[in-house]
Order: sequence, then C-alpha cells, then structure tokens
Amino acid sequence: MGSRDANGNSIGDSSVSDLALGELNDVSHAGGVGVDQVLFPTREAYHGLVLRLKESGFEMCADLCAVDFLTHPGRALPDGIRPERFEVVVNLLSLSQKRRVRVRVQVPESDASIASLFDVYPGSEAMEREAYDLIGIRFSNHPDLTRILMPEEWEGHPLRKDYGSGRVPVQFKETPGPR
Amino acid sequence: MTTIDDQEVPMRVIERPAWSAKETSEGPQELLERSGTPDEEILREAGGVLRLPDGHVLDAGQIDVERSDDETMIINMGPQHPSTHGVLRLMLELDGETVLRTKSVIGYLHTGMEKTGEELTYVQGATNVTRMDYLSPLHNEAVFSLATEALLGVEIPDRATWIRTLMLELNRVSSHLMWMATNGMDLGSTSMMIFGFREREMVMSFFEKTTGLRMNNNYIRPGGVAADLPDGWEDDIDILCETILERTFEYDQLLTGQPIFRERTEGVGGLLAEEALALSVTGPLLRSTGVPWDLRRTMPYLAYDQLDFDVLVGTYGDNFDRYAIRLGEIRESIRMIRQILEKMPTGDYRVQDPKVTPPPRGRIDSSMEALIHHFKIFTEGFKVPEGEVYAAIESPRGEIGCYIVSDGSSKPYRMHIRGPSFVNLQVLPLLLRGGLMSDAVACISSVDPVMGEVDR
Repeated sequence: MGSRDANGNSIGDSSVSDLALGELNDVSHAGGVGVDQVLFPTREAYHGLVLRLKESGFEMCADLCAVDFLTHPGRALPDGIRPERFEVVVNLLSLSQKRRVRVRVQVPESDASIASLFDVYPGSEAMEREAYDLIGIRFSNHPDLTRILMPEEWEGHPLRKDYGSGRVPVQFKETPGPR
Repeated sequence: MTTIDDQEVPMRVIERPAWSAKETSEGPQELLERSGTPDEEILREAGGVLRLPDGHVLDAGQIDVERSDDETMIINMGPQHPSTHGVLRLMLELDGETVLRTKSVIGYLHTGMEKTGEELTYVQGATNVTRMDYLSPLHNEAVFSLATEALLGVEIPDRATWIRTLMLELNRVSSHLMWMATNGMDLGSTSMMIFGFREREMVMSFFEKTTGLRMNNNYIRPGGVAADLPDGWEDDIDILCETILERTFEYDQLLTGQPIFRERTEGVGGLLAEEALALSVTGPLLRSTGVPWDLRRTMPYLAYDQLDFDVLVGTYGDNFDRYAIRLGEIRESIRMIRQILEKMPTGDYRVQDPKVTPPPRGRIDSSMEALIHHFKIFTEGFKVPEGEVYAAIESPRGEIGCYIVSDGSSKPYRMHIRGPSFVNLQVLPLLLRGGLMSDAVACISSVDPVMGEVDR
C-alpha cells in the first residue's frame, strides 16, 4: 500500500475495484435514481470510504456540494439512514471505468462539521470552501477554510433555507444601522 | 481633508491608515505572509498538489517553505487587470520576477445564482443558468435541461437532440475563438484578437438568427429547444464552416509556427497528468497532459455517439499544447457540424408532452383550455418528481455539471452547478510557480477562466 502511486497503479484494475465496491455495498446503502451509484456512509465512515473509492479507481473528485434539507425533511433515504438537516454530496469520477459514484453524507445541524477530503483529493479544496461559505459546513483538516465567494465579514450562509432571500437587507460595508 | 468619525483629518495619499486598507481587504481570503500561514496552505499556494496518504511529499526540502518574509514581496494582480479575464484577483508572492506562491481571490462577480435558481421554476431556470458561463451559454442551458429531463423522465425528439448538438458545437467554436482572441492579446498579438472576434461574430450572427439573442440565449430548454432552425440555416452553416475552417489555417501562419509565440508558450506552465487529476482539472487542460478524457466520447450524451470526431490530447501539458488543442477542437467541431448538417432529422423540435410543453401559439387564440394551459406553464411551471440527479457535459472549459435536488414542486429544491473554470482555477499556483511574472499572464489565459461561472 505504501508504494501505491497517487493513481498509476489503481487505473484499469477493474477486478480490485469491483471487489472493493461490492464490499462497500454491504457496509453502506446503495440506491437512488439515475445511472450513478449512490452510497450513503455515516459521517464517521465517510473519509475512509472515499479513500477506498479512490484506491479502487475513482481518480477524480468531480464535484462536492452541500444541501440544506430544512424544509424538505421527508426525502427518500435507504433504511437505517437517519435524515439530518444537511447533506454533503460528493460526485466521484472514474476515468478508467467510465463511471460515477455519488456519496451522500448526513450532517446534523447541531454539529455541522465533517472531515475534509483535501488529503485524498486536493481538488476538493475550492469546492469545500464553497460549501462552507454558502451552507456553513465546517470541514476539519482543511488547510484554508475561509469564505470564497462572499466577503469575509459576511454574516450567515446564503444557501441555507432559513436565510431567506429578499428579506435580509444586502450587507455592504457602508450600510448604516443594524442588519 | 477627510472625515473620520465626524472629525476632519488632513490626509496625504502616502499615509494610508488602517481603516482605509480595510475597505478593500478580504482578510484571510488573501495571500498572507509565510509567518502567518500553516505549512499545508503554503505548500498548496506554492503548487504542491500530490499528497500521498503517508504525507512524505510534505518534505520541506522539496518546496522552499522556510524562506523568510522579508526576502519576498506579495503583490496584487487584479481584480481589474486587463489580462485576468474579468474580475479575477491574484495575489502573487514574488522573489524578484519569479513567482513563488499564488492565491486567487474570487467572488467579485458573485450574484447568488444558485440561490436564485431555487426561487425560479424549471421553466425559468434556463434563463438563470445561461448567465453563468457567458461565453458558452448554451452549454449551461443544456446541462440544466438534461438534468431536469432526467428527473422528469421525458425523451426528447430526435431533431431536438440534433439541434442541441449543432448549437453546442457552434458554441464551442465561438468560445474557443474568443479564447484564441484573448490569448493572442495576452501574448501581444493584437491581430489575433481582431481575427478571433471577427470569426466569432459569424457564429454570433447565426445564434441571433436562430435564438433571437447573441448571448444568454435561453434557447435550450427542458423539453427541447425554443424554436426550430430558421429557413436556409444549411447555407448559413455551410458558409460559416468553410470560412472559419479556412481562417484557422491563417491562425497557423500567424501563431502556430511563429517563433516568438512558440518561445513564449512552449514549456511554460507545465502540468502533469497526475497533478491534473488530483486537482479535478477537466477539459482542454486535462487533455493537454495526455489524458484522453472528453465526455463527448467517454460518456456520450445527445447525439455525440453518432458523430465521428477525434479527441485531441497533448504531450507536455504546457501552454502551447493547450493552444494547439483548442485550435484543433475548432476544426473537430466544424467536422462535427458538417456531419450534423447531413444527418439532421426532420420532426419536432420539442417534446409533445402537455406536461412540459406549452401549446402552440395558434391554438391559444381558439381554445380556452390551451390558453389556461399556456398560462399555467408560465406562471406555476411544471412539477418535477422527487429525486436528485447529477448531469454532466463537456463545455469548452471542461466538465460542467448540474446537481438538482427536487422535492416534487415546480422549483428546484437545490440547484448546484459544477463550474469547470471554478475548479480549474485551482491549478494556477501550480502553473505559475517558478515561472516569470510575464508568463503568469499567459498561464491565466491558458486556463481560460470565465468569471461569471467561477463566481456564479
């Protein structure tokens, strides 16, 4: 394992990846619509699962975003997965196997934090910053968890459902009075 | 005289008080001095991307992290710099003229389009997303429409699929021409800029004829396209293909073989395939490193599986490879457009599903039901079944993805766009590191960022 190249050895080894994914299906839950496979790990298992997915041939983290399910709690989830307010959705891409897998992790409101994928996929850095900025998920072990799209002194996380577009006055530095 | 807290204070320009600097400060979003930055972040800003789980790449000997702050200088480039293609702000740490660290500060064009997308119905959604990547608006619309259609489960007619393919390829041509123009300008070739804009204008005119607008077309919509192709479109496309193809050979004469251009691009901004994959880089940047990954070929959508085209890859991953790939892709797109011209089927340009398609204009005047139906679709929109979907297509800049969560209403519960240039920008510290300040401009250009999509 120690000598494994960042991606070189894992590309094109389909038997290994099928085995690994088969195992993953037992420990987590697969389901969802569309052609992509969807995995629902727990928050604790998330980082390890992504690491194993990378080792089994998913070379690229195509997308990472967060969703606030505050006003839509009754979404369809597999048995045994307790819906929480936030969800972090990671789309991984395997170039060698030409397929995608989606990892959806429940993140509770009381402790909106999750492990950063930066050490697995350095390319998730900006996407995690965006999720932090707009939804307010904190990624532990992220090297530079600052706002990325909003100004640094902005209050609140705009893509949260309780943020309310049109109600909160636009915050500019010269804005007089209380916000 | 200036007023601070109602007191008049004499001020000279050189005395910039702390509050004045704070007006434009982005705080920790900016590139900070080495002493105040964790090692991990310094390494990232210096372009170190390949981290193995055991972390032995974090060896300070490989990257000069221990340099002290007073040896180097941090300067600002942008957000209003002519070569940053919009409002990209780069902070560079320089040693003389050599770039050591880079950090991009973005968000100057952020308008909350993902939030807006949650407020608009699926019918209106295409109008919103088309404004993200303003150089390839049709790709935004297409990916949004494909995601919506996947949730709806509708099959769009053949002709609509082929019209979409045609328009997307035309858009790729216009976007790459625009890139050739700005890249030429960044490297000092103003003729290329004029030429690029001139040829792009042909495509823009065709878009105007077909969609009514040059940009932000809102032409590709869930359920098909907004209108059929205009009469005589075949002739327009014929002339367009012939002219632009011929002129790409003029670009060859102007730039490809030109010693000064080659000198400035070859071996500059080198990128390895492993680094590109680790940084989630897609599009011409990824292909320039030799990875033959093009969603049109590897995960075909629309009519791309019935078209004959080559996926162009580079060898060295430098700026010249990226130039050559984009120039070649213009030619490949024209090759595809010519095939589409022959294969264009007849039929409907949008799906005849009363759930998503408004009734034809003629029936609104004669039928009360049609009028109500029309009114309902444009006020309430159509309901989309509950679910979530991720659709991705190959835009001129790379993989543009659309993740939609639907709660069963007529508005997306969450609409997230994976912007290719937003992700690709992460490669800048790597491309710029160790290079000269003057090459930085060429490297930014070769990433081809569109700030409308980076900031959304």
